[in-house]
Amino acid sequence: MTERIPVVENILSANDRLAEENRARINAAGVFSINLMASPGAGKTSIIEQTLPRLKDKLCVAVIDGDIATSLDADRASSAGAQASIQINTGGECHLDAVMLHGALNQLDLTKFDLLIVENVGNLVCPAEFRLGTHKSVLIASVPEGDDKPYKYPGMYRGVDALVINKIDLLPYVPFKMDFFQRGVEALNPGVVTLPLSCRTGEGLDAWINWILQNVKR
Amino acid sequence: MMYTTLVDFRKNLISMHELPVTQSILKIALEHAEKANAKRITDLHIVQGELSSMVDDSIQFYWEIIAKDTIAQNATLHFRRVPAELQCMACFQKYHPKDGELVCPNCGSVGAKIVAGEEFFVEAIDIDE
Repeated sequence: MTERIPVVENILSANDRLAEENRARINAAGVFSINLMASPGAGKTSIIEQTLPRLKDKLCVAVIDGDIATSLDADRASSAGAQASIQINTGGECHLDAVMLHGALNQLDLTKFDLLIVENVGNLVCPAEFRLGTHKSVLIASVPEGDDKPYKYPGMYRGVDALVINKIDLLPYVPFKMDFFQRGVEALNPGVVTLPLSCRTGEGLDAWINWILQNVKR
Repeated sequence: MMYTTLVDFRKNLISMHELPVTQSILKIALEHAEKANAKRITDLHIVQGELSSMVDDSIQFYWEIIAKDTIAQNATLHFRRVPAELQCMACFQKYHPKDGELVCPNCGSVGAKIVAGEEFFVEAIDIDE
């Protein structure tokens, strides 16, 4: 005899439970954590390289890097002064999930750090669906990607706590309409903290560093 | 001190976005089937919002591989779509967002709350006892 059993269980609930466990571990160590997300080439690793020297005398920072292969990004974070740098190779997986972060946290004595930066796999779709357990999600947009990205990748833009707009030094050279871009952002994520900057010239980086320091203090 | 630690998931070579998701669907179905003393799972009813980025063809592809040799082998996956619904934060009009259109059709404001469309869950399973 066939029978229907009601289930109503969220398919990503296992990931979400593990994300909560990650959050509890990070909280217990008194660490502030951010999940950096962006498309490939937007400047995730560059912003980490610019951030670490500016926090050198203030905070002890660990970096966890997610990539499909290689440890190039973690090596760059090490060279820029990360006190610990862990590379996760996802093996084809297009995003980090809570299981992978859990595995990486096992390699870290979190109590030694003030700040944990997780650099997600370069991708504007999938990372938005998988919570990791970090405190704040940050999206790095960049000027040469084009001003239509909020409209094309709404899932990513609507879920973040702060939005960095990188490579503003290129604004005179590319057709990027800031009004159009910000209208899309405002539609999806009203009032989100927006930090325009350039990793190349250093413009705007002070505001980004202050945003981190304010959050660490809390 | 500078060091790099490598945590390697590359042994899971076929792994892609929908594989862990499909594993999660199977796990949920098997748990509920076991509780009901099922001999076989014949159908799964999955609810998927329009704003969810999961691809049902990929889920179907992985399903056939991973459900093999379980009581859910040959079970049919049914996807029920929930259309996206936004609510304007200025005039409270509810509307369906058309492609790339993020403006309220009633008052022209931007800025909306998502009312529906993000669902992604197993609603029910059909079993043989």
